Amino acid sequence: MMVYALGFAAACFGLALLMNLWRLVKGPEASDRILALDTMVVNVIALLILLGIGLGTAVFFEVAMLFALVGFVSTVAYCRFLLRGDIIE
Amino acid sequence: MNHDLPLWADLAVSLFLVLGAVFGLVGSWGLIRLPDPMTRLHAPTKATTLGIGGVLIASMLLTFARDGVVSTHELLITLFLVLTSPITALFIGKVHLHLRQDRSALPRPATGAGWAGYTAEGPARGVRESTRSSTPPAGEAPRTSD
Repeated sequence: MMVYALGFAAACFGLALLMNLWRLVKGPEASDRILALDTMVVNVIALLILLGIGLGTAVFFEVAMLFALVGFVSTVAYCRFLLRGDIIE
Repeated sequence: MNHDLPLWADLAVSLFLVLGAVFGLVGSWGLIRLPDPMTRLHAPTKATTLGIGGVLIASMLLTFARDGVVSTHELLITLFLVLTSPITALFIGKVHLHLRQDRSALPRPATGAGWAGYTAEGPARGVRESTRSSTPPAGEAPRTSD
């Protein structure tokens, strides 16, 4: 039963990634695009954890942690660049 | 994959996986469904964090049922996401407010002080004038939506 749940969850997060991509392409403002990228990072973290459950290893937790770190830093850096015209003042 | 799992663990892990997946899907659906940027900020920052939470709870339950140990990697990821998602939401909201909203259309704080981030004489340092002047003047529709 867990196999079906894993497949369902992976399909859901893949569909969510496609929706985020649509908002990333269409989004009328820069803030929408940043938000779409941030949500894409979160969905990719979920997919990585699902992959770790499926393969039965704990390696993907470190990968997910790194993804979360890089996603947070890139979002904040892009926002600061748009707000201040500079990242590190 | 699911060798020697007891039935309760199988059911519980499946339940949390499906719950988290539905939350993640709803959050991303809200991102394309909601009408303007400030409401669009709502859907992913809350629902996707819940979705990640469901998947991580499923992973913790699976590790506990299969190996008999409590895994703490998931708690670390949850803690990091819970700490950082308000900060990113605040920054994205500030980007939207500073670059696209007409400043005079914003509600005034009660004390008469300005909004944080705006300097007293105009837009924040580094905000390009070209993007600011493309917002409609006060009196017309203050917010841009698609």
